[in-house]
Amino acid sequence: MPPAIETRALRKVYPAPPVRRRGAGGPPMAPLSGAPSPAPAGSKEILALDGLDLEVPPGEFFGLLGPNGAGKTTTIGVLTTRVRPTSGSAAVSGIDVQANPVGVKQHIGVVPQRPNPDRQLTVIQNLLFHAAYFGISRSDAQPRAQALLDQLGLGDRGESKVDQLSGGQQQRLMIARALIHEPDILFLDEPTVGLDPQARLSLWEILRSLHGEGRTIIMTTHYMEEADRLCDRLAIVDHGKLLALDSPAGLRARAPGGTMIEVTLDGEAAPVLPALLGLSALTRTSAKGAEVVAYAERAGEAIPLLLRAAEQAGRLPLDIRLTPPSLETLFVSLTGRKLD
Amino acid sequence: MNPSPWRVFAALCRRDVHVVARELPFFLLRTTLQPIMFTIVFGYLLPKMGFVQRGYTGALLPGVLGVSLAFASVQAVALPMVADFGWTKEIEDRLLAPVPISVIAVEKVLAGTVQGMIAALFVLPVARLIMGPINGLDFAHFGLVVGMTLLGAFTFSAFGLLLGTGIKGEQIGLMFGLIVAPMIFFGCAYYPWKALAAVPVVQVLVLVNPLVYVSEGMRGVLTPALPHMNLAVVAAALVVISTTFMALGLRTFDRRAVT
Repeated sequence: MPPAIETRALRKVYPAPPVRRRGAGGPPMAPLSGAPSPAPAGSKEILALDGLDLEVPPGEFFGLLGPNGAGKTTTIGVLTTRVRPTSGSAAVSGIDVQANPVGVKQHIGVVPQRPNPDRQLTVIQNLLFHAAYFGISRSDAQPRAQALLDQLGLGDRGESKVDQLSGGQQQRLMIARALIHEPDILFLDEPTVGLDPQARLSLWEILRSLHGEGRTIIMTTHYMEEADRLCDRLAIVDHGKLLALDSPAGLRARAPGGTMIEVTLDGEAAPVLPALLGLSALTRTSAKGAEVVAYAERAGEAIPLLLRAAEQAGRLPLDIRLTPPSLETLFVSLTGRKLD
Repeated sequence: MNPSPWRVFAALCRRDVHVVARELPFFLLRTTLQPIMFTIVFGYLLPKMGFVQRGYTGALLPGVLGVSLAFASVQAVALPMVADFGWTKEIEDRLLAPVPISVIAVEKVLAGTVQGMIAALFVLPVARLIMGPINGLDFAHFGLVVGMTLLGAFTFSAFGLLLGTGIKGEQIGLMFGLIVAPMIFFGCAYYPWKALAAVPVVQVLVLVNPLVYVSEGMRGVLTPALPHMNLAVVAAALVVISTTFMALGLRTFDRRAVT
């Protein structure tokens, strides 16, 4: 059986976004979808994927974790035939996405980042027409659509207009739509963004049960907890590159030793760094702007030493934050930035 | 097993029939009000006041039908495209259908063509009612009338595909102001092309405007006794123009659908 998804040296370079003349100053607008990270200074193109290699076996719940602009949405875009790779290859169920996009579409269901139901149709019509686009007869589609609506808690909303649904309900309708043609692989792009905590939990339950039915699920998220709780394996990506790939537990074990201590100083942190590097209580130390990030096995012992060293260098601490070893600390140590 | 593209095409058509049928009164109001008001002023009021000759209505009616079907076809395709690719992203459920994405674009153009023809069909009796009896109006060549309407609506529907996928959402107003409006005024809809011989420069310049061929074609099939451009020339021009629009439109559609 071929892997559910496979990418080899996948690269995507977007052409430079057009320069916006209106409105002096202000940052340029981010591209609509994908929000890929900016390319190195000087080049106008945007490098969204930079040699990504992934392989996901059938039946896995796989997570792509990364900050905004890491290349997650672009990866999903390539795998769902909506983004043309610049180089490299990608295959879904052994079918090359560029050579045979029509074949790929037969195997996938896609839940977009933002619900995009057909607003001219009712809830159940969204499902029935989508089934028809896949050549499913009305008599087969009708019971399947109703069963999906029941399963997703929309059983009594079939005749409603889409606009009458809440955000969470629309997201569930998107899941129903993605499942109506019974795809082997379900792609979800940031499915819980914008949902209230209760809707998020109920969505997690739905995803778990879909996975329990044997479906492959590929999900992007920038919520650490979501990735940790749901996924069999996680890929941490940033700037279009794969930084780490393992089970959540395996990744946590790889987190740098100890608690992450972040200290905000009242001035440039660099002068403090030499003194900190001499402290044996700290395992790793770095400084950026007014921020010092250090790791310590015993934070309680290390913090007074750290603060004293800062004071001796003429800096006062304004704020201190502690994070126990977790995916979060691993992520920061890998990417140098936080998720949100 | 992939479904046959025809089956998917039929499903896409069913969706559009369902949606368009419900929206039809609003669609007709939006697209035909302008030509109908024009008909009231130029086909009823001015002749009544004696500013234009009575025979003018014979030249006006085919042109008004041409404008109606062109305007309706362009709008039927371009407006949903701009919204779909710009912000609603609603077309994405169709882009995921297991068919080449050109099938989706072709279906949209076909739906736009039918909508354009419906608009013309709606305006014809209304205009006739407003103008009263029209000298030279002749339905003897009904097949030609249908063929010309089809070709004209298809041309402008393909143009709608190109406009709707080739320009950004915020420029939609500009599109109607700078492209569609001049096209209508210089499209020989309200005067026959032969009469432009009075201003030869304009007579040559307007030949780049596809509406000229639709208006003249409608004259050729509806009022064949009155002056009009040769129908073979009209048909050839429309085939070339619509093929070009379609080829360019499919390319821009593909670029918007697969980035």
